Order: sequence, then C-alpha cells, then structure tokens
Amino acid sequence: MRLRPGAIVRHGVLMGAALVTLLPIVFTAVTSLKFRRDIISGRFFDFEVTWVNYQRLFEGSRAVFGQLTVNSLIAGIGSTLLVLAIASLGAYALSRFRLPPRLSALVLGWLLFVYMLPPITFAGPFYLIARQIGLFDTPAVLVIAHAVLTLPFAVWLLQSFFAEIPKELEEAAALDGASRAGTFWRIALPMTLPGLYATGILTFVFSWKDFLFALVLTSTPRGGTIPIGIASFVQEWDLRYGEMAAATMLAAVPAIVLVLFAQRHIIKGMTMGAVKG
Amino acid sequence: MGRLLDDHFHIVAMTPLVVALLVLTAYPAAQLVRMAFSEVGLVSGGTTWSFVGLEHLRTLAQDRVARIAFTNTLLFTVVVVPIEAVLGLLLAYLVNQTRVLGAFYKTVLIVPLLLPPIAIGALWRLMLDFNYGVVNQALLAVGIGGPPWLASPTLALPMVMLVDVWHWTSFMFLIFLAGVASIPQELGEAAEVDGATPWQVFAHVALPILKPTIVVALMLRTILAFKVFDVPYLLTGGGPGTATEMINIYIEKVFFQQFRVGYGGMLTLLTALILSTFVIVYQQISRRAEAAQ
Repeated sequence: MRLRPGAIVRHGVLMGAALVTLLPIVFTAVTSLKFRRDIISGRFFDFEVTWVNYQRLFEGSRAVFGQLTVNSLIAGIGSTLLVLAIASLGAYALSRFRLPPRLSALVLGWLLFVYMLPPITFAGPFYLIARQIGLFDTPAVLVIAHAVLTLPFAVWLLQSFFAEIPKELEEAAALDGASRAGTFWRIALPMTLPGLYATGILTFVFSWKDFLFALVLTSTPRGGTIPIGIASFVQEWDLRYGEMAAATMLAAVPAIVLVLFAQRHIIKGMTMGAVKG
Repeated sequence: MGRLLDDHFHIVAMTPLVVALLVLTAYPAAQLVRMAFSEVGLVSGGTTWSFVGLEHLRTLAQDRVARIAFTNTLLFTVVVVPIEAVLGLLLAYLVNQTRVLGAFYKTVLIVPLLLPPIAIGALWRLMLDFNYGVVNQALLAVGIGGPPWLASPTLALPMVMLVDVWHWTSFMFLIFLAGVASIPQELGEAAEVDGATPWQVFAHVALPILKPTIVVALMLRTILAFKVFDVPYLLTGGGPGTATEMINIYIEKVFFQQFRVGYGGMLTLLTALILSTFVIVYQQISRRAEAAQ
C-alpha cells in the first residue's frame, strides 16, 4: 500500500472518530467490573476485576433486573411478531395488488405521518386507554404501544422488499391453480425472508430502545423494562455507579450482538428506514 | 366462502393493518384533540371529562416554563443538526474513499444508533459525574478541578448538545453513506488528473451531487431533534432549574407528574401541529429531491 499524505489524514480522522465513539462504552464496561472503592479512587488500570455489580442486578430481594429483562424481551419479541404479521400482509397487499389508489395513498401517508410524530403524542391517550382496559403496568401494554413505534417503517421496508422479488414465480403459481393466500404464504413470504429478518431485527431494537412508553405506561417492575431500571438509578441520592454501569452494559447487549453478527442487515434496513421513514 | 375470501385476498390482507391504524393511532389522535379542549379528572378506574374550550391556550399564554422549553428545544435543534450534518458528511465521504479498515469504521460509527438512548444518557452521566466521573478524575490528575458539568446552569445545555452530537452523528453518517456511494468514482479521478485538490473535488464534484441528500437529511434530522427526550431526561431531567427543559420533558412533567391531563393534551397537540407542518414541507422537498435524481 502506498501511503500518501491524504490517506494518513483520512485514517487519522476516521480512527479519531472511532475512538471517540468507542471510549465511553469501553469506559463504562470497565467501570461495571470495578468495586466501589476503585471507582471512587479513580484507578484506571490497576484495579481488581469483579462481577459483583452484575450479581447485584439479578440477585437479592431488591434486585429487579431479572424481571425487567424478561419484560424487555416480552415487549421486544411480542411487538416484533405482531408487527411482522400485520406489516407483511399489509405490505404485500400494497405492493402486489391493485387497491383503491386513495386507500393506499392514505395508508402510506398516514404511516409516514405517524412515524414523524413524537411518541409523546400517543403517550397521553395510551395512558388513559391502558388504565381503562386494565392493561396499565403490564408488559402486554408495551407490546401494543411499541407496535405503534415500529409499524410504519416495517410496512415501508417490507413493501420495498416485496417489490424487489420477481413477479413471475407468483404468476406461475397462480397458473398452477394455487390460491392467492397460498401463493403469499408459500412463495412470496419465503422469498422475502432476508427482508423479514432485517425488519424483525429493527423492530426488536426499536422496542428494546424505548423509554418513554415504558415510563408512562408502567409504574413498577411488574411491567417496567431495562431502561426504566437504568433511569431509576439517577433518582437515588447516592449514585450506585458500578451497578448503573453494569445495567447500561446489559442494555447495550443487543447492539453489540447485532453489530457483530447482523451488521449488513441493519445497515441496509436502517438506511432505507431512515430515508423512507 | 373460502373461495370468496381468496378472491378478495388483498382486502383480507389489508384489514389487520387498517384496523391496527384505526385503533392504535386514529382513535388515540382523536382522544388527544378531545383532551386538549377538556379538563380531565383521573378517578379510580376511569376518567371524568368536562369541556373547557380554549381555557388551556390561556394557561399556555401565562406559562413561562413552556416558553423556555420551546426556546431551548429550538436552540438545541438549530445548534446540533448542522454540526451532526457536517461531521456525518465528512466521515461518510472519508470512509467511502477507504478500502483498508473501511468495514471496521462503518461498523463502529453506527454503534451509537443501536444503543438505547437511555443507556447513552447513562454512559455520559457516569463520565461527567462531578465527584467520580472519569472526566473530572482525569482533570484532577493534571491539577484542574473540573466543574459540575451537568449541574451548572451555563454548562448543562452545551453538555446535552455534546452528547446529542455523539449520538446522532451516526444517523447522519448512515444516510450520507448511501449518498456518497452513488458518486461515480471516475468523476473525482478525472478532476484529480486535471490537478484539482481534494477539497476542490469535494466542493465541486461531490457536493452538487449530494445536495438533494443533504436537504432531505437536514429536514429529517430536524424533525427527529424536536422529539429529544430520553438523553436529557437522564442527564439533567430538564435542570438545573429550567436550563435544559425541552418540550417533551415538560409535557411529561405536566401530564404524568402534575396530572394536568387536559393542559398536557393541549401542549402535545400544539407540538404535533408544529411538527406536522415540518413533515408536510419535508414530504414536498423529498419528493422534489427524488424527482430531481
């Protein structure tokens, strides 16, 4: 490789940006492995490694993070399945069939509009409705609320994935006498599997990231999620640094896993989601 | 019956989506409008509604904190969006010219976008802690007593902005990554052969091609910046005083801490209306940008 001055500057800037991005995460990971005395005395390198902060999140009578993690998973997986079911059917209809043009324009426009509105628009009404129907402070209410966050870009994304697959196979199936529902289930859906993965990953991440709906629609660890647990640390007079750092790393797990194993899916999905949505 | 359903499969397939949108978005939106013009009482197991007309608008006219929250959000947006756009564009442009380590840079630079915002707030809350944060400990090691970054009325808002730049530059980077990849390589090479400096290549070759992407990205990010909530909620909770009060944080307080449901509804409705205007302008611009490409 021939190193030109331009290349050195370029790598210098990019490496600098990568460091600035990673350092806060590395620092927090290190803090999560320290005893309190090492955090307070500011030892950066020569400290004793401990898992006690993680243990305290999950073990003991006051530990709530086991329940919060379960709730985060229920909300994430539940809303992902719900959204994939609704969005794949809807997106297929929108991209393959001739619907009344006003209907498809209205649905797509409304989805985009909903996506752009701040979630707090729905927080107030959802709070009243959740109290009314008795779902307040349950993971189930988050399954539904998170579906509102993710349905818009799921439909947009899946629609563009359906549009990419060639129509000929479905036409051949129709000639062979397959039903339309069967064609969707046995041909279109399997061919869009990568698109379903990408969309599903993103809906899960969006649900996992949510704080506002969990804050507003739950009030105890019975329905709360991991972000609620993290936020509750700062309300205490004596900040428990080690445990807060450990909880933060716990919340970062899906991000780390995705970056390592599904990077290409998310870059494609997020770029499209960002620009379309 | 089965045959009939299958003939109308497009209607069957659309039904869950339409029903979900009506129940989960249209009905709550209608509730919101009703709230904005009502006094809503929370009683056990239900609510009491009484119509109050424009009463909440009069309250708003007297509300100093609401005005501060709005000004802060505007200031925040105007400062962070251009910085994030410039940094994101620079990084995307540089990554695009890099083969060695290119995948590594791309992967690392989108990480903040995948983290829960509340975790981002926590990362920085720990680092900027007055007593035991790494920033002040490092400053102390060289003999400087660091300020209370998040508790100071003058420093808190700049700190919230700084963390936002760390967070959202990744978003701009991602959008511009797609944009710079569409610039034909030969154009830049031809200009370089003709003796153009790298800056001239960027300014005269890349920038004109990227212009529609830049406009769309700026609009989109502006809309998103108005939604800012999680990170300042965790870093400062809107304080000290009202130094980092933002629209969404204030609405949450009015609604869920003071339980002024009607007034909170009015504030939400107005925010939604402001953003809707933005969204409509955005849709016009992005449609025109798409047509130009």
